[in-house]
Amino acid sequence: MSGEAGPETGGPRSEGPRITDPEKTVGLEIRGLEVRYGPVRALRGVHLSVPGGAVAAVLGANGAGKTTLLRAVSGTLRFHRGAITSGTVAFGGSRLDGVPAAAVVRRGVVQVPEGRRVFARMTVAENLRAGALGVPGRLAATARERVLDLFPVLAERAHQRAGLLSGGEQQMLAIGRALMAGPSLLLLDEPTLGLAPLMAARIADTVRQINAQGTSVLLVEQNAAMALALAERAYVLEVGEVALSGPAADLAASDEVRRRYLGVGATHSDRPVGTDSGPTPEEHERPARHERTRLARWTA
Amino acid sequence: MAVFLELLVNGISVGAVYALIALGFVVIFKATEVVNFTHASLLLAGGYVIARLHPLIGFWAALAAGIAAAALVGALVEFLILRRAHVGSRGVLAIVTIGVDILLTTELTRRIGTEVLALGDPWGDRVLRLGPVTVAETRVVALAVAAALIVAFLLAFKFTGWGVAMRATAEDAETAALMGVRLGRVSLSAWAVAGALAAVAAMFLCVFPTPGLDRGTAAAAMKAFPAAILGGLDSTTGALAGGLIVGVTETLMSGYQSELAFLGRGIGDAAPFLVMIVILLLRPSGLFGTKEPARV
Ligand SMILES: Nc1ncnc2c1ncn2[C@@H]1O[C@H](COP(=O)(O)OP(=O)(O)O)[C@@H](O)[C@H]1O
Ligand SMILES: [Mg+2]
Repeated sequence: MSGEAGPETGGPRSEGPRITDPEKTVGLEIRGLEVRYGPVRALRGVHLSVPGGAVAAVLGANGAGKTTLLRAVSGTLRFHRGAITSGTVAFGGSRLDGVPAAAVVRRGVVQVPEGRRVFARMTVAENLRAGALGVPGRLAATARERVLDLFPVLAERAHQRAGLLSGGEQQMLAIGRALMAGPSLLLLDEPTLGLAPLMAARIADTVRQINAQGTSVLLVEQNAAMALALAERAYVLEVGEVALSGPAADLAASDEVRRRYLGVGATHSDRPVGTDSGPTPEEHERPARHERTRLARWTA
Repeated sequence: MAVFLELLVNGISVGAVYALIALGFVVIFKATEVVNFTHASLLLAGGYVIARLHPLIGFWAALAAGIAAAALVGALVEFLILRRAHVGSRGVLAIVTIGVDILLTTELTRRIGTEVLALGDPWGDRVLRLGPVTVAETRVVALAVAAALIVAFLLAFKFTGWGVAMRATAEDAETAALMGVRLGRVSLSAWAVAGALAAVAAMFLCVFPTPGLDRGTAAAAMKAFPAAILGGLDSTTGALAGGLIVGVTETLMSGYQSELAFLGRGIGDAAPFLVMIVILLLRPSGLFGTKEPARV
């Protein structure tokens, strides 16, 4: 893991296209992103970056736009009649916005969808095979080895229908299926949602392991404690905008985040508290130490 | 008893041919959720190419050309029309396919005119005698070929990357796209495969004892619709069962027509649709289906 050593690519770079300079473009770069579903604006002025090899977390209440953000990266907005109306998404220096979902996979960016969405009528083995459909066949064998090594239970259940697995096993399958494409960036949408604490911890460990093997991770979570423990950088989305961002450790220590996302007065080793309370009306108290604790307001 | 056995063998053979057509219909529905009413004209196109080309290049080459032509027409309909028809509802898309079907069928029947076109097949009117049972050779070949094609198709559906992509798309298209599956290709290949199967079916529908390809052939192809629907629109097993049920019912009803005179003439032609209605009343999503056509 690159820890905090990674270059600060997420800063509000003075404008101008940043397509050149390959040194600093290995990773995901989202700039000034606005997404609409018809008349509904779900995201605006979102800046976010995931340096190569890093784990970044996106926190936020229900409806904040976390899933929309991942859809914008994976090219699946069109399945929901949504579209990027402004801003850019780039990975490894080349643009992803406007690229169809299947081509995004071939660029090495793979999303594990919210709610797992395993192919319930297919077997576990067939689900894994489906995960490798977008990449050359010769890569599948090594990818399968890696996946079964991470999740031995998938080997035991290889010939069971995926619909019959438990929630935790389905999540493992969903992650394993995504890894079959050998992604360099994995997008995870609430992987611990609805799982028992022990299983959630198990998934968290796996995410750490996957990252240690060299895959960058963009992790969307409502389980803020877990996400902040895993990530180097974190972003807090509120009603479609980045309300807070900074090193995960700093966010975990901030009063703002502790009160609203980790539970009042809680330390981050405590059990997380749900974020369903939604945005509170009071002003944000901005923790002084954070560089980019700001309400992003970018319009194209 | 011999009569019954003959009718049964003929029914199964015709049913296997209907199953080929229904299978294509089901594959398109699974891959795209579109109820494809263009199917009868794909079949007619394949048959027409075989009929016109066999005097020039011989039967087998003409058959290959007919299969390729029907696959191409299917792919073109998908690529030029359905892919570009950005209408929200599947129901509207189904109506678009009806429009395309009418256009194609009108043009093809205009070309056929009042002729009855022979297909130049090598089997002619030879019959096989198995004890007391007499069956046309064409029927035996149809049964064997249809069964082989169906088995090959099901194996491909189960075991090849193409099949896994088709099934994944059928179950959850968005997630399939997240796996790198190119949905456009899946849809295109479904239409091409359906066209190819329809052309093979066209050939068997037009050989002995049928006099040949004529403007009524499209109507014969329509019997595969009840086969697909009563089996369950999204089930390959259903397409097989539906095809056999329709083929056997139709053949038996026609065979015993004199005994069934009280039902009126032409009961054989109406039987598939009657069976379909009865089955849908009992099981709205068909025998093996999971999706009701009405919800499309
Ligand atoms: N398909 C859609 N059509 C219209 N609005 C949508 C659609 N999907 C999401 N939204 C809206 O976009 C906003 C963000 O939703 P989402 O990205 O799902 O949030 P989250 O994942 O953080 O819960 C919400 O206000 C939601 O109502
Ligand atoms: Mg969500």
